[in-house]
Amino acid sequence: MKRAIAPVFWLPFGAGGVIAALIGPALVLITGIAAPLGIGIGPDFMSFARAQAFAHHPLGKLVLLAIIALFVWHGAERIYLTLHDMHLASKPALAWLCYGAAGVITIVTVIALLAVGF
Amino acid sequence: MSAPRPYTRPIDPQWWARPPYLAYTVREAAGAAIALYALILLWGVIALARGAAAYEAWLGFLRSPLSLLLHVILLAAMLLHVWTWFRIMPKTMPRLVIGGQYVPQARITAGGLAVAAAGFIVVLLLALWVRP
Amino acid sequence: MPLDESREPQGELPKEIILNVLRYRPGADEKPVPQSYRVPFTADMSVLQALQYVKDHVDGSLTFRWSCRMAICGSCGMMINGEPRLACMTFLREFPEGTVEVEALRNFPIERDLVVTVADFVRKIASIYPYLIPKTPRSLAEGEYLQTPAELARYEPFSDCINCMLCYAACPQFAENPDFIGPGAMALLQRYNGDSRDGGSARRMELVHGENGAWSCTAVGYCSEVCPKAVDPANAVNQNKTRSALDFFLRWLPGGSR
Repeated sequence: MKRAIAPVFWLPFGAGGVIAALIGPALVLITGIAAPLGIGIGPDFMSFARAQAFAHHPLGKLVLLAIIALFVWHGAERIYLTLHDMHLASKPALAWLCYGAAGVITIVTVIALLAVGF
Repeated sequence: MSAPRPYTRPIDPQWWARPPYLAYTVREAAGAAIALYALILLWGVIALARGAAAYEAWLGFLRSPLSLLLHVILLAAMLLHVWTWFRIMPKTMPRLVIGGQYVPQARITAGGLAVAAAGFIVVLLLALWVRP
Repeated sequence: MPLDESREPQGELPKEIILNVLRYRPGADEKPVPQSYRVPFTADMSVLQALQYVKDHVDGSLTFRWSCRMAICGSCGMMINGEPRLACMTFLREFPEGTVEVEALRNFPIERDLVVTVADFVRKIASIYPYLIPKTPRSLAEGEYLQTPAELARYEPFSDCINCMLCYAACPQFAENPDFIGPGAMALLQRYNGDSRDGGSARRMELVHGENGAWSCTAVGYCSEVCPKAVDPANAVNQNKTRSALDFFLRWLPGGSR
């Protein structure tokens, strides 16, 4: 029987799912609610200077790339399967759409992280 | 006797929106929300690369009521993801037998949830600790 | 599962229940048509007994499979109020509203009334090498295999499958793709792959790696919910996704296929 290519997408889906499970709620709470409202987090927490310092560092870039890329590949797999459940298009068409978009977004992320500078 | 003439019933095109499958679809949507959150972060990174003005605009969006409401929904989605992820995780593993005894899936789930809770606390503490 | 916690009627039970059965007579019916039957019942009667009452006293043409009446033969699987259930294990007292919808098991072609075509399922379970393939040749003189309770625990629930096909009726991905090997066949596959006496994993994994193997599954999990024997076919399928994924990337390393 011909092998499915699914494992190529399933592993990043799994990695993204694990990381989202471990740090996702905290990230959303901090960056999306606590820091903007200034609850429990200082007003400078996400300031331009501090964000730049973080993203300038190679480790900071790696962390941001890992989080963004793996979250996106996780979501791409879910969206691919759900759109297929909804009979919106054939599996190959949806695969190109979802995984293609994830691929483009990953490349954009790399470029943006490099453009931030060192 | 009549010749066999099997009847194939059509699939309900909205099966994913009805119980018992609706819960599964909602779970998958939580996974999609994870990607949406990543796109918001990506916007921030792009804004960071474009300079202080663009980045301030992103921070301005984060402070908006729309964004706050969106992040409350994303937080709910993340929590649903955590819950459903560790409910499924034991299904992706062979049956665990330790010390001659089968380890029930509920215990594996509980272990996973405990690690997620620890992760949540660690990240929060990190954020609080770096307060200037 | 509702145990027989009370043999006394609870509250005001109707003396009669209405069975709405989806009939299909090839040749006579263009497509399935519902037909209602009034069935007198007592608190201990199952849907199967209700169907038998209809066949014996009301309409002898009603056709359905059954055998053991005790949830071990796997014959009487059907849709009862939209859920895949064994008719012998579904009791009329569960339906205080007074009506029950009965239909042939979903996702299979209807042959007649409540009888579905099972040939495809039988072919699938036969295809997974459903027998012990010894790791090394073994003679009778060497005696029996020894297996510890721990080794048994790794696969035992998968051996409880009664081939009732409720899991296939539950699975929306099987509905979408009839070539999906499906939860029941995967449970049987894992019964052997997980058995310490068996050495035939590689052969069976060939069936798992394809689009119609484990990768048709999207972890809906409803199959395990409807299984009357707690086989947990979802576990059989999804642990093989992990195994298949690891094998996809690691097969060229020493140790070979996993």
